[in-house]
Formats: sequence, structure tokens, C-alpha cells
Amino acid sequence: MDTRFSEQDLAFREEVRAFFSAEYTQELQDRMKVKTTFKAAVVEWQKKLHAKGWIAPGWPVEYGGPGWSPTQRYIFDSERASAGVRDTVPFGLTMVGPVIYTFGTEEQKQRFLPRILASDDWWCQGYSEPGSGSDLAALKTKAERDGDDYIINGAKIWTTYAQYADWIFCLVRTSNEGKKQEGISFLLIDMTTPGVKVNPIVSIDNHHSLNEVEFNNVRVPVANLIGEENRGWHIAKSLLAHERTGIAGVADCKRAVSEIKRLASAEVNGGRRLIDDPGFQDRLANIDIELMALEYTELRVLASLSNGGAPGPESSMLKIKGTEMQQATQTLLMDLAAHYQGVLPTDLDPEVLGHSFGSQARQAFMYGRAATIYGGSNEVQKNIIAKAVLGL
Amino acid sequence: MNFDFSEEQVMLRDSVARYVQDDYDWDTRRAIAATDQAMKAENWQTFAELGWLSVPFDEAHGGFGGGPVDVMVMMEEFGKGLVLEPYFATVILFGGLIQKGSNQTLKDNLIPSIIDGSCQGAYAYVERQSRFVMNDVTTTSVAQGSDRIINGEKVVVFNATNANYFVVSARSSGEQWSEEGLSLFLVPADAEGIELVSYRLMDGQVVANVRFNNVSVPATNALCEEGKAWPLMQAIAEDAILALSAEAVGVMGQLNAKTVEYTKTREQFGVKISVFQALQHRMVDTFMSYEQTKSLLYRAVCDVEADKPDRRESLLALKIMIDKAGKHIYSEAIQLHGGMGITDELDIGHYAKRLMMIGTTFGDSMHHMGEFRELRYAS
Repeated sequence: MDTRFSEQDLAFREEVRAFFSAEYTQELQDRMKVKTTFKAAVVEWQKKLHAKGWIAPGWPVEYGGPGWSPTQRYIFDSERASAGVRDTVPFGLTMVGPVIYTFGTEEQKQRFLPRILASDDWWCQGYSEPGSGSDLAALKTKAERDGDDYIINGAKIWTTYAQYADWIFCLVRTSNEGKKQEGISFLLIDMTTPGVKVNPIVSIDNHHSLNEVEFNNVRVPVANLIGEENRGWHIAKSLLAHERTGIAGVADCKRAVSEIKRLASAEVNGGRRLIDDPGFQDRLANIDIELMALEYTELRVLASLSNGGAPGPESSMLKIKGTEMQQATQTLLMDLAAHYQGVLPTDLDPEVLGHSFGSQARQAFMYGRAATIYGGSNEVQKNIIAKAVLGL
Repeated sequence: MNFDFSEEQVMLRDSVARYVQDDYDWDTRRAIAATDQAMKAENWQTFAELGWLSVPFDEAHGGFGGGPVDVMVMMEEFGKGLVLEPYFATVILFGGLIQKGSNQTLKDNLIPSIIDGSCQGAYAYVERQSRFVMNDVTTTSVAQGSDRIINGEKVVVFNATNANYFVVSARSSGEQWSEEGLSLFLVPADAEGIELVSYRLMDGQVVANVRFNNVSVPATNALCEEGKAWPLMQAIAEDAILALSAEAVGVMGQLNAKTVEYTKTREQFGVKISVFQALQHRMVDTFMSYEQTKSLLYRAVCDVEADKPDRRESLLALKIMIDKAGKHIYSEAIQLHGGMGITDELDIGHYAKRLMMIGTTFGDSMHHMGEFRELRYAS
């Protein structure tokens, strides 16, 4: 057992720091904040990571991964978060990418993987439906065979960034025989195909990132099927394990805690700084300690993955604890913002408004409600652990 | 970075695990707990023969030269069996103090006899008023030529009735709470002027309040320079926290495993109660508490072994979590066992009581939270 950094690790950390500080420019960040320039700025940033060879830390080397050790992955993610650098958009890089290199044909790999790595295609995820959320396998979007095509009818919902997407990966029903899990297939659909319609959903944080995607007689080539027909469920499960490992977000949570410490040193109540209030310190310490633990829980999972394991039920624990910690920090930030926690996005200068982070706290808190729901709700994760780990 | 155990560590762990499994079943443990010594001399000799008593000592004195990871793998297994023999009191505390002190003669004389099982020790450091503040010491040491006269009382001294020697903290100079002026002396248990009042704790241990009435020891019995013992007292408290926490993780694992097993066999309303989602989710919660605690144990052990700058924060976080997660896990274990959970007959309550005692030994969460907040948030 040893968690010390080697000389090479320390040199790598310096390289990562230098890269973020030189390349993640303020100008780029400003463009990410504006709706009309958001997508282009994110793509530009991801192309820089790609050029450096760092776009897909989790991918095997043969498909374009950097071949990092768990320590390097940890260093990269910690430095990314502490520099305030946004994580890559996950739908291509950490969701459908691994599915394609694990279950796809040689032709599919060559067709899709390079464009995912280069951020030439923007992907979104078609899993949930209006009638199937936690009970994902109850999905009804129908794919009927017609020659070399499937004809798709149905709707997907909660589709993040569908308004920007070039492609959507979908779970579709190809059979009604047998158990409901057995008639599901994994299909890639070009968003420009006639019959695909995106309807925006404004979420509780007053933003538009979610959508409903309708499919009306959408014709999709059978060549876009991943794996065998009716065998999509086990592909979906493997993807979900990858997704859950990703949403623990420990490094970003640590960054949020240090941000809270900074802000609590400036907020004053009755002449005393919030950071000096024992009650506030107690709440912060409880979050801090759980995060110190979760950081090592994640490292233990990473280390076991590098010994040849695949992410399994322990990814459910990372998802549950990670999202709980995210919400705990968001709640604390809201309380810190006090009267200003309700401020909606505004062009007013903080000097004029009288406060600097109210709207940001509100938005993080409100959208943060989604984290314990998406990726399989935390209650569903508990069912998974109960069954797969505890054997209940 | 890796969380793998070495081949030697795996062997050590397996040897304790096998012993607990084969030779320390529940009835055996109950019988030992009922004796006046709360230990079995024969078992202690077996520990010596298996080499366990040598683990943390340096090779120059016949030890195994083990580090915190070696101690951790053993303590976790001791915890699973609720082993009563005083490994913590004699080897970790008493032996650790001798080993980490600077008195070469004491090391040469005592360490071999700890390793061969012939010497039992006890660390007398808690006073009535001191609670968890180890530098709150009113016991005094006064020089009389080349001797030192010790007066005062220590309470809840682990293993006091079995000990051949005490290590006692005493004040050579300074105010009651000063970190300066503290000394540690070796005192033979049969020295004139020692009075023991022994009693039993809920986890089966027999402890004692120990009075030192004009007890005279040679100045050469000081474990380190007189008046400068505070760093040694702190160092041993860190080892103690790591060892106890490892034991606690073993206890927590057993409580969770036994609870899951119980719900799979207990039938109510015509079904195994394990099918109820309300119970399943509670068992998942205790599983996560256990894993989080284990992660902090690994974190603290690695930080201490590598002497990282935030080792202190990791240790405090660990002990805070041991208390917090411990309360969560034993409360749920008792609740999910229903009426059986509150009987003395079932082992669940005994595992719970050991966790409770560990929660308060060398500082509870309230105590450590104060220092943690100071380190993290004070400007």
C-alpha cells in the first residue's frame, strides 16, 4: 500500500498545471458562458485537449487513450478541477465511445471513434422516456425492421444538449417477446435524419439544457446497430457503470469546498466571519471529511480497475455518495449567499448588485437537484448495491 | 499508487484470520471474557509463537520491523473476532512507547520479553479530570537524588491487572495543561505505593484506577528526556488511533455481514425480511459507511507511513468517522436484528459495545472535531 507520488508523477503534475494555465484562457471561458458561443468554445477547448493527447483518459491506448496510471488519472482530474477547468462533455467521450470500442464492429470503430476524440461529432443520450425513468427497461420507442433500415417511432426525454447534438445513441425496442430487458437494442441515430424533432425543456434552474426528442418514422440504417439485435440491455448496463463512475465528481466537489472557504472568509454576520462560526465550521468539516473518504473510495475503485477489473456495483456507491456531497456543498453555498440566494441571472455588476455569487449558488443548487435523479436515481443505485453487493 | 498488500502482509492477515476462525469462536470468547484476567495466558503464548507480538518492533531487538500497514491487517482481524487478549495495551501502547522512546537500556531489557510473551504492560495516562487532553496531567514527579517520587492517580488503565510494568505520565514541571515538563516513567507493577482498584468495562476488558503513592523509581527509568515526553505521547496516540481504527473496521465489517445474513434467514409476514426495500436501503447505507471508513483508514495509514504534511488531518478525520460511522452501523445492526439484537446472548450487542469503547478511546469525534476545524479553517 503506497499513495506517494513518484518523481515522474510530480513532473506530470507540473506539465498538467502548465497546460491548463496556458491553454484554458479567460477569453475561452468567457465565450463558454454565453449561450450563442458555448458550443464552439467547448469544442475548441476539447480540440486542444485532443491535440495534446489528453482528451480520453479512460480509453485504452489502442483506441487513442493516453495510457495513464490510476495516479496520473487522479492527478489530471484533481488539477483540472482545482484550476476550475470544465470537464469534457461526457456523452461521446465517456459514454458511447467506450460502448463502440467494446461492442462495435471494426467499421463502426473507424467511423465513429476518431470523430468522438476530435469532438467533430456532438453526442447526446437517448435512454429515458416520458413513460420510463427509473424503470429504464420499460422503454417503448419502437424500431421496426424494413429492409436494411429500422423505422423509429417514439420519444426520449431529459436529453441534455440535444439542441447541439449531431448524433444520439438510443435504446430502442426491437422485440416484445420474453422479458422486457430482452427486446432492447442499442442504436446510433443521426440527428439530421428527417422525423427527428427536438423540443426544449426549461429546467428548475431557469436554463435550457434538457430536451425531449421525438422520432416520427425516422429511418436508420441497420449498420448503426451496436452489438446484436435485442442484446442492447447488457450494453446499456456497462455504459451506466462507466457513467456513474464519472458522476462522482470528487475533484470538482473539493474545488467547491475551497471556493466555499474563500467566500465564507468574506461573508460577515454580526461582525463575525462565517468561516469563524463554529456551527458553520462543523457543517463544512462534515463535508470535508466525507470527501476525504470519498476521494480514497474513488482511488480504490480506480486502482482495482487498473488491475483489470471493470466498473461494477461499486460505481453505484460513488454515484450515491458523490451526488450527496455535491448537494451538500450546494446547500452550504446557498446558505452562504443568504438574501442573495434567489438572484436570477443578471447583467448587473456585482458592485451595483451588492453581491457576487448569489445567482451562481442558485443555479448550482437548483440544477444540482438533478444529480440524485439522473444516471439511475440514487434509490435505484441502492437497489443495485443491495442485489449485486449484499446479495439481498 | 496501489492499495495492494505485500506477500508478508497477506500471510500475517491470513494467520490471524485463521486463528480467529478456528480457535476463537463465540463460546470461547465468552468464557475468556468471564475470567478475572479477561484474557487467556495460553493464547498469549500462541500469539508469541506465531510471531504476532514481534510485528511492530525493530529487527535489532528481534522484531519483525513492521509498519502501520502490518499492524492494520492484524488489528482488523482481531476486531472481527473481538479478541480480548491485550495486544493493543501491551504491544501497541506499552511496547510502542518503549520502542519509540530514547532509553536504550529499557529497549534492550524489555522488548525481547514483550516479544516472547513473558512481559505484559499498561500505559497509565488518563486522569479523572483530563478527559481526552493527554497533557492535562496532575500526577507529579519530584527528584530525590537519582530517584523520582511519583504521586497521583490514573484512571481506566487498560490491562492494569495483568501488567508487569506501567508506563506512567507525570509532570516534572509546568502548569497543569502545559505540554512542557511532562515525563514518562517505567514503573514495576509490584513497586511499593501502588494501589489498584479494578473494574470491568462493557466490552469485556478489565481495567483499573491506579494510585501512585510516593512511588520511587530511578531516574534511569525515564523513557525519554525528562520534561520532554510530549512528542512521544503524541506519537503513540497516533499509532493508537490507527490500530484502534483498524480494529473498528473489522468490527464494523462483522456487524454488517451478520446483519445481512440475519435478514436472509429471519421470516416475518411469510417472507424473508431481506426482501423489504426499507431494510435493504438501510443495509446499503451501513455498507457505504463501512467503505467510507475503510477509505479513511487507508488514507491515514498511507499518510502516516509516508509522513505526508496533512497526516494529522487524515488521522483526525479517521477517528471522527470511526465514532460517527460506528454509531450508525451498530445502531442499525441492533435495530435490524429486532428483539434478538438487544439480548446479551447474541454477539451483535458485544460487537456494538466494542465499537462504542473504541469511539471514545484516544478521543471521540467531538474532541477531534475541534482540532480538525482549527487546522482546516482557522486563519
